[in-house]
Amino acid sequence: MGVPEHYYVALSAILFTIGVVGVVIRRNPLVIFMSIELMLNAANLALVAFGHRFGALDGQALVLFVMAVAAAEVAVGLAIIVAIFRVRRRLSVDDLSVMRW
Amino acid sequence: MSGAAFPVVSLGPLLPTLIVLAAAGLVLLADLLPRRGGRDLLATLGLVGVVGALLATLWRWGSPGRAFDGMVVLDGFALFANVVICYAVALIILLSVDYLRRVGAESGEYYALVLFATAGMMLLAAAGDLIVVFLALELMSLSLYVLAGLFKRELASGEASMKYFLLGAFASSFMLYGIALVYGATGATNLDRIAAATAGRGHDPLLAIGLGLLLVGFGFKTSAVPFHMWAPDVYQGAPTSVTALIATGSKAAAFAALIRVLVVALRSAQADWTVLLWAVAVVTMTLGNVVAIAQSNLKRMLAYSSIAHVGYMLVGLVAGGVPGAGAVLFYLLAYTFTTVGTFGVITLCTRAGEEAVEVGDYAGLARRHPVLAATLGLFLLSLVGIPPLAGFVGKFYLFGAAVRAGYVWLAVIGVLNSAVAAYYYLRVLVYMYMREPEGAAAAWAPSFAGGLALAIALVGIVVLGVMPAPFADLAQAAVAPLLR
Amino acid sequence: MLFGGVIGRRAHWIAVPALFGSFLASCIVFAGVAGGATYTPTLFPWIVAGDFETAVAAYVDPLTGVMLLVVTGVGFLIHLYSAGYMHDDPGYARYFAYLNLFVFSMTMLVLAGNFLLLYVFWEAVGLCSYLLIGFWYTRPAAAQAGKKAFIVNRVGDFGFGLGVMWLWTALGTLDYGAVFTAVDTLPTTTATGIALLLFMGACGKSAQLPLHTWLPDAMEGPTPVSALIHAATMVTAGVYMVARSHALFERSGVALEVVAWVGVATALFAATIGLVQTDIKRVLAYSTVSQLGYMFAAVGLGAYAAGIFHLVTHAFFKALLFLGAGSVIHGLGGQQDLRKMGGLSSRMVTTTITTTVGALGLAGLPGLAGFFSKDEILAAAFHGGHRAIWALLLVGAFMTAFYSSRLLFLAFYSGPRMTKEAAHHVHESPGVMTLPLWVLAILTVVAGVAVGIPSEHGTRFARFLAPVFPVHEVAHGGGVAMMLIAMAVIVFTAGVVLAWFLYMPAPVRAEAIGRPRNPVHALLLNAWYVDALYDLAVVRPLFALSTFCARSFDVKVVDGLVNAVGRVVVAGAAGLRQIQTGYSVNYALTMLAGAVLLVAFLLAR
Repeated sequence: MGVPEHYYVALSAILFTIGVVGVVIRRNPLVIFMSIELMLNAANLALVAFGHRFGALDGQALVLFVMAVAAAEVAVGLAIIVAIFRVRRRLSVDDLSVMRW
Repeated sequence: MSGAAFPVVSLGPLLPTLIVLAAAGLVLLADLLPRRGGRDLLATLGLVGVVGALLATLWRWGSPGRAFDGMVVLDGFALFANVVICYAVALIILLSVDYLRRVGAESGEYYALVLFATAGMMLLAAAGDLIVVFLALELMSLSLYVLAGLFKRELASGEASMKYFLLGAFASSFMLYGIALVYGATGATNLDRIAAATAGRGHDPLLAIGLGLLLVGFGFKTSAVPFHMWAPDVYQGAPTSVTALIATGSKAAAFAALIRVLVVALRSAQADWTVLLWAVAVVTMTLGNVVAIAQSNLKRMLAYSSIAHVGYMLVGLVAGGVPGAGAVLFYLLAYTFTTVGTFGVITLCTRAGEEAVEVGDYAGLARRHPVLAATLGLFLLSLVGIPPLAGFVGKFYLFGAAVRAGYVWLAVIGVLNSAVAAYYYLRVLVYMYMREPEGAAAAWAPSFAGGLALAIALVGIVVLGVMPAPFADLAQAAVAPLLR
Repeated sequence: MLFGGVIGRRAHWIAVPALFGSFLASCIVFAGVAGGATYTPTLFPWIVAGDFETAVAAYVDPLTGVMLLVVTGVGFLIHLYSAGYMHDDPGYARYFAYLNLFVFSMTMLVLAGNFLLLYVFWEAVGLCSYLLIGFWYTRPAAAQAGKKAFIVNRVGDFGFGLGVMWLWTALGTLDYGAVFTAVDTLPTTTATGIALLLFMGACGKSAQLPLHTWLPDAMEGPTPVSALIHAATMVTAGVYMVARSHALFERSGVALEVVAWVGVATALFAATIGLVQTDIKRVLAYSTVSQLGYMFAAVGLGAYAAGIFHLVTHAFFKALLFLGAGSVIHGLGGQQDLRKMGGLSSRMVTTTITTTVGALGLAGLPGLAGFFSKDEILAAAFHGGHRAIWALLLVGAFMTAFYSSRLLFLAFYSGPRMTKEAAHHVHESPGVMTLPLWVLAILTVVAGVAVGIPSEHGTRFARFLAPVFPVHEVAHGGGVAMMLIAMAVIVFTAGVVLAWFLYMPAPVRAEAIGRPRNPVHALLLNAWYVDALYDLAVVRPLFALSTFCARSFDVKVVDGLVNAVGRVVVAGAAGLRQIQTGYSVNYALTMLAGAVLLVAFLLAR
């Protein structure tokens, strides 16, 4: 019990920011996707930390739900990425700008 | 949370959602059967599921219930939203049958995914807990991401799917972090308990950030500026029937959840989010309308138009109170009928074997298909807000509520915006009635189911426009308990 | 319209009797209110929101009765005429469907019992005009004119809508009866604001400065439509509305002044343009704008009965003129150019006689309807102490006499200027078209004498409307009255004689008529360049803005905007360049920026 829980919250904020920056600066959809996962996990960390502060279990319970959703998201996301790769043979979100204005 | 007693679950409040989910499962199973007569069976199953859910909703009317310790709240508000969603989905299924067959994209998973998305929408409208909000939102969104990319061989469809997915997941993670922070600030995720925990408390930075991040998520789902940028691309690239679903069902559900979260859980911060939404409403309707003028693709134009309509609905939310929130609910109903109808006409029109999506494709439609042109014309006029159609009455309630709540300037900006909007809607009318087609003319792909859907939508906008009072009363009665 | 394929050629068998039926019904209604009674039947509640409640209800009093008679009566004659005029058109059934819809909307507008319902049919009338003006949609000019009519009207309707909303917030009700009794509790400034916003709508619908530009363009529609829009229905809606809500305008006072001066300005402005137009229908169009100016001047002066009386007589003779012009156009195989007419008096006797009656009625020949109604307005201005308005309107009357007799001389009496083969085909119109002409001509002759002769207590017409409008007791002193009438007669004679000298000495060379001789002439021919100004000041910037927002990253567009909008926008363009580029990353960045803004705002609170 050496580490106070607001350290965890601070760490989660840092992770979240790293994730956001990753989404914004990278071009490879897989990497962007990983950054989004990082953001979700940052939220998980915050939930666990807050749950610990309140001494309640609902924070932890929520994390389980989020992990399940994240898994589903991975499945769908990878499927979409593969489907596009089949047509295009390249993997950069900047190629996907047929529609604009 | 103490005690190990097995919780007694009353499934009654979940009945409409369960029916839809059961139908989705049946569709998946039926898709495995050896096929004889196309996939009409699947569409029928889906339709039966949605209509069943609608009936269950009507059956539950007047008897609000809660399940899972207040996580799901099937009150009048959720029931009203359910009606909107069920109508939208039922009409879209009717429109899809012949549309998908024509473009050669018939598949069992289409109907299953539509039904899963529907279940997500209904759950979202009934969510009494931020966890359920998140789960329902994801259930809806994941289905829609896949549906947007249904045309696997078309680049635009894939691009729409990818953009929608990446940006949607991005927005969801903002929202989840917002939920985490709200939980950290209040120790609760249940909306009522959040309200109790925040009542009478002063400014809390953690809660403020949480609220901001929640609004990012909702802003994305409702496509409010500046979180709207996915909408034009996705609307344009996705199959038209899916576009209709995104534009109506998912928007209605997200708005319902937004209203519930704001007026139930975050009532104490009302002064904050009202100012914020005021600005968002103004920017949203203005940008949507101005940019729509320059569009030549009808689906893309309707995307910007739908952004503008979100701006109008936010006006009602800013106005607040029973009149404001009731007006938003009523507008959702009116807007759903109108928008499904508009996209429905697009699904039924072809030109030279392709989908007719450019405004120019509709030149001379009135000459060849006067009834179809008149139908599209009425839907567009309802979007403009010409009496006595539904769109007019909806706008009237919204701006009226804003004026009464003292937001006169907001109403003025709204009315001014709808005057600008007339321009681009009428341009379509001008093409249909006053231009001759260059080259091949647009043709009607005959469809009984599609025609039926259009007829229902048309009756909807006329009835809502001519006798809006009973429906508006229902909408107001539905929001009243939330505001207690 | 749905049954167009089935009915086809026989559409008039439904439409025309329907109108006649509604005319008879109007007569019954009229008889009911003749004694000054007021009925307010309620059909069903329409929009109910909390403490706000609006019903679909009617409000019937003598004013309504008069308007009903004009709308359905003249409407019926025009329907009858259309059966002849449009008989070769492929859109025959569609035409009658629109026409009936139009008359229906106008009837409901007149009958409406509250401002909301008024607004609804106000919009409906605008929509119908759009459909009818653009009826020949294959002509680009017609399509353009239809769109213009709708959009200009929307500008006015925007003000009207705001006015209605404000009225509702101020009084909490929109029912005529309740509003007019409660109006005295309003602060004067509020009343002024509301009245001016409502008047903005009237300006759009009744083609007053500066929203008049749609009406001359509306001439692209079929001629009976022009007659219907100009004479019987749409344009009179504005006058009717102001007269109907006169309590509100009187409460304000300032608003009445504004109405009067806008009316005078429009009357003069449009008359000057009418002096030089060469298209027969455009002369009539500007004349309509000008005459509407007279009506607004009248109601602005508080002489409501005089304004409405002029509305009625104008409906008769302007419908007559348009239908006569239509008959001429019909006989000449579509020719609308005054320069290519002339000498029709011997070939189209009926049309010549009836149109002459109409034109003299418009010009103000003593004894005809237009003389009495215009004299009432002039007298009201004079006795009301508005000598400046009186003088200006007198100048307008001179111009009216000039352009209406110019039209007559050029079309019928001067030597023929059309080509040989066109001259060969000139023929009189069929009976179904000439019958309405006769009826309207008779009305033009008798209407003035029957109800318009001024007496000690105002005209009979004014006494009939006395339950609605307060009768302003003005001393019609014998000497002064005679002087006014004499002035009117002098002005009329001067106008006719001048036109005679300019256009009758044969032979008039066709090309000499319409050519701009000096800058003033050119200015008038181009209608003071108002359209060009609007194009430059409103239409183009809006398009530029739209294109800019959508494709601002495009360097060419940005360059073009440097010239058009100026340096200010360019400074902002640097930031807007990235908008909607199609790149997901930019979308994500925008979202992030939005999120940061939201959170920063909430934290700062």
